[in-house]
Amino acid sequence: MTTHYLVLSALLFAIGGIGVLVRRNAIVVFMCVELMLNACNLAFVTFARQHGNIEGQVIAFFVMIVAAAEVVVGLAIIVTIFRTRRSASVDDASLLKY
Amino acid sequence: MITAPKIEYLQLAPLLLVFGAAVLGVLVEAFTPRYLRRAIQIPVTLLSLAGAFALTIVQTLKGVPTEPSAMGAVAVDGPTLFIWGTILVLAFVCVLLVNDEEHFVAAASAVPGSAEEERAFIEGNVHTEVYPLALFAIGGMLLFPASNDLLIMFVALEVMSLPLYLLCGLARRRRLLSQEAAVKYFLLGAFSSAFFLYGTALLYGFAGSVDLAKIAAALGSVAGQNGLLYLGAALVGVGLLFKIGAAPFQAWKPDVYQGAPTPVTALMAAGTLVAAFGAVLRVFWVALGNLIWSWEPVMWAVAILTMVVGAILAITQTDIKRMLAYSSVAHAGFLLVGVIAIGDAKQNSLALGAILFYLAVYGVTTIGAFAVVTMVRDPGGEAWHLSRWAGLGKRSPKLAGLFAFFLLAFAGIPLTSGFFGKYAVFQAAVADHATPLVVVGVISSAIAAFFYVRVIVLMFFSDPAADGPTVVVPSWGTAAVVGFSALATVVLGVFPQPVLDLAKSAAGSLFVG
Repeated sequence: MTTHYLVLSALLFAIGGIGVLVRRNAIVVFMCVELMLNACNLAFVTFARQHGNIEGQVIAFFVMIVAAAEVVVGLAIIVTIFRTRRSASVDDASLLKY
Repeated sequence: MITAPKIEYLQLAPLLLVFGAAVLGVLVEAFTPRYLRRAIQIPVTLLSLAGAFALTIVQTLKGVPTEPSAMGAVAVDGPTLFIWGTILVLAFVCVLLVNDEEHFVAAASAVPGSAEEERAFIEGNVHTEVYPLALFAIGGMLLFPASNDLLIMFVALEVMSLPLYLLCGLARRRRLLSQEAAVKYFLLGAFSSAFFLYGTALLYGFAGSVDLAKIAAALGSVAGQNGLLYLGAALVGVGLLFKIGAAPFQAWKPDVYQGAPTPVTALMAAGTLVAAFGAVLRVFWVALGNLIWSWEPVMWAVAILTMVVGAILAITQTDIKRMLAYSSVAHAGFLLVGVIAIGDAKQNSLALGAILFYLAVYGVTTIGAFAVVTMVRDPGGEAWHLSRWAGLGKRSPKLAGLFAFFLLAFAGIPLTSGFFGKYAVFQAAVADHATPLVVVGVISSAIAAFFYVRVIVLMFFSDPAADGPTVVVPSWGTAAVVGFSALATVVLGVFPQPVLDLAKSAAGSLFVG
């Protein structure tokens, strides 16, 4: 029964991963990364259920905290570059290359 | 009933001191007037790093612990203590470089070129938040290679990375490049840590625990879950290889190294690399050591690709910081050769000692090279383009000579520390019958030597441009950094034995679970 949750978690992770690769807006890319982290949480909780220990559930809490910290830092960086460039597109920021 | 966990405070004292000082730094930012902050932050930062180093020495003299600390979460073993010592020395030196307030923006939130930024510039504002941010990053670097389970490793990875993302965006000049570097580093770093975390989840599913020793034990006892194991190991590997900048995950390195303020680049190039290699060793040797037959071929491919890509792409660079970034990629490849040279206990000690020594000497030389980069300036900031460095040897022979010396140490010329680092790693690989890998390593070193020598030729045998860059008189901090790095590179190149012995004896007491 828990396999369904694992499949869902893998799907969410894949959607997030593809989103990071194909989307252009930094905010959306970042939301896709958050989706990947939540997919990890789902996998952790499911495995905790499978193994009958609570380690996985505790880890999910840690991941939420880390994700929250990441939002703070990430949005600060994205907002700064948006104020400068008037755009949050990851394609526009292309001064650094070769 | 819940029993209180047992924490070995003394063993963790270096970590606690650095994190405590970082928190104190944040409080200083909140409660002291602006004009006082810098005078408080610098001593707090430097003293805490020096204190943590002293505590690491005390711990080493008292004897290396035989059990993991903090209920098995943190492994303070020989390699950890050596890495802590290395990172703390490198971090101390980097903070001296950060101390030069020239490098950091006056108001990070202001739009570049706006009146607001102009005003902050005139008022002489500085972001003293740089110091606590650096301390948090350094604390993360200390915890990352010491973590004994994958959850602590993930948290340490983020504690190390998040402040670095911010620091990357704080360059005083070329704000657009700096902000772009921060965004790129942040998005790619978050992406890669998501991979690391999913890998952790799968390994947890496989072993029922994220403890490295329990994962190692599960390799022998759990059957029929190979899919979870292999996929989990691969994803955790992707996350770690991204942090060390191994090909094919090296793309962020040149961009971030170029855009970040040069002292922060030095901190990343030295500290992050040391910490991330410590974590790589822990995951692949301690948790997945018995899986070597599966990961070794992949690691071979990654090591070869990293060495070749780093060396060849470095040749095509016209920017000094990007060139040093690709050189760092190539060096990550040389270090991976050492990671592959795992075997019996004696072989492990040989290879691990070699890697630890290499990390220490490479870190010191890198900081020296980036410190020199901060001193060669154009009116708009540091002179990054290689053509600007033409004839520098004629205008300021001392600085160009030092830079040439650091480049020769990167190339691994005898009588520099880089030679013994490479020699030790390649020797360990040969002892493990990885001779083809060593051949590739030597060829890549030769290619790499070409572009190092090219810069030296450019500095000494070209005519200086009429409007060439100026070499600024260094602040005492920068001068001390360059002097220390040059001295360490010479001394470790002539008398490497004491440090080699120390690295080897540290390597003997790795916790294997």
